[in-house]
Amino acid sequence: MGKRVGLEVTVAVAEAVALCRIDMAGGYPITPQSHIAEHLSNLVADGVLDAEFVTVESEHSAMSAVIGASATGARSYTATASQGLLLMNELLPIASAMRLPICMAIANRAVSGPLNILNDHSDIMPQRDTGWITLFAENGQEAVDLSIQAFKIAEHKDVMLPVCVNIDGFQLTHMVEPVEMPTQEEVDKFLPPFAPHATLHPAKPVTMGAFAMSDYFAEIMKAKDEAIKNSKKVILEVWDEWGKMFGRNYKAVESYRAQDAEILMLTMGSMGETAQVAIDELRDKGIKAGLVKLRLWRPFPFEEIRAALKNAKKLIVTDRACSFGGPGGPVFSEIKSALYAGDHHPAIYNFIYGLGGRDVPVQDFTGMFEKVIADTDNKAKDTYEFWGVRE
Amino acid sequence: MALKTWKELPIGCVVSEPGSASEYHTGSWRSQRPVWNDAKCIKCGICYVFCPEGCVQQAENGFFKANLDYCKGCGICAHECWPRAISMVEEG
Repeated sequence: MGKRVGLEVTVAVAEAVALCRIDMAGGYPITPQSHIAEHLSNLVADGVLDAEFVTVESEHSAMSAVIGASATGARSYTATASQGLLLMNELLPIASAMRLPICMAIANRAVSGPLNILNDHSDIMPQRDTGWITLFAENGQEAVDLSIQAFKIAEHKDVMLPVCVNIDGFQLTHMVEPVEMPTQEEVDKFLPPFAPHATLHPAKPVTMGAFAMSDYFAEIMKAKDEAIKNSKKVILEVWDEWGKMFGRNYKAVESYRAQDAEILMLTMGSMGETAQVAIDELRDKGIKAGLVKLRLWRPFPFEEIRAALKNAKKLIVTDRACSFGGPGGPVFSEIKSALYAGDHHPAIYNFIYGLGGRDVPVQDFTGMFEKVIADTDNKAKDTYEFWGVRE
Repeated sequence: MALKTWKELPIGCVVSEPGSASEYHTGSWRSQRPVWNDAKCIKCGICYVFCPEGCVQQAENGFFKANLDYCKGCGICAHECWPRAISMVEEG
């Protein structure tokens, strides 16, 4: 077992990725991701990591480069945020359709405009349907653990899909946190060498990313959907193995004091820890409040979500992005959709908060609970609200 | 050739037979075909150079014709042929 050390989360993530013995990394600087690429490039330059670091002229090129590298059988990694992720957008569905197990960190940051460099989830949400396995970290330790697990999940022979690990920009990336780094021996034991499903090699020529017309396109989309749905089994197995090896257990949906809760809140990402403090305060006042945290965004854990919410009378879904002119926040619409197919339908409320890095203290979370509790006849259910905006 | 089901597709749709695109006969897309008038042809080969499909072939006598398995009937050869030896004829 490794030692607990104080590390900036981006540096810890880069160290974790280096422990995975990547063959190639491609990156372009963008706040608040840059320290990941910078530290990886240092590790390569210092001879600590035997990998090729490709400096590129944009994130479009970064994703293109990792696609090419992965297709040759190299374990490939990149990291980005916000506009950089949007610039990669064109390539993301190609990486998943080609079934290339690329891993990527996203230091979540608001997308322009107006220009803003701080944290929310408006960068990852538009990438929802690109066929990437999408995980959310809540703290520095999770960012490290998920970054290593990502390769094992992505490269599993029954998965072969790209994985992105979402790490809230600044709130997580720039914090110095106590992190337990696994040792090289432990990571080597956990993560076998990459065995690609096919490689670009002159001795055995193949075509990757070929053209497909209407006679095949739908079958290919169906195959991709089945692949990502089936990946959940492997994700849970990998988390199980990680728990046994390192004593830190991961689930698709986490619960905190939710067992007997009548009113539940759902968070995704770093806000969960602050919300936990709010739950404790509410419990001290005798309010039966609980928290549910969503770690796995794609594939979406429908059964786990229904099980976690089955006793709630009221449910507060929090969102760090808005689907403008739509049903509110994207997490809200997903949860509603998951519950529609089930038997239990709590009164559900949506708060869109923490946009563009706005601080969300404990009293904001308790305030959301108080507002929803005060709605005794559920008049405001199924609505969404921009929490704390000046009227 | 029977079309594969989604379950039969190779992972990532990797094409493991190099050059298999030649099995796909794009000639079925054609609504017009190029017809050479050898009396006007000066054997310059501009049609051969410009054909985006690479389907214009030179015969032993030096004159040109299109491989109709692949010719999509785009008409670029006829457009580029400056002695106007190629005309595009509607397919019946």
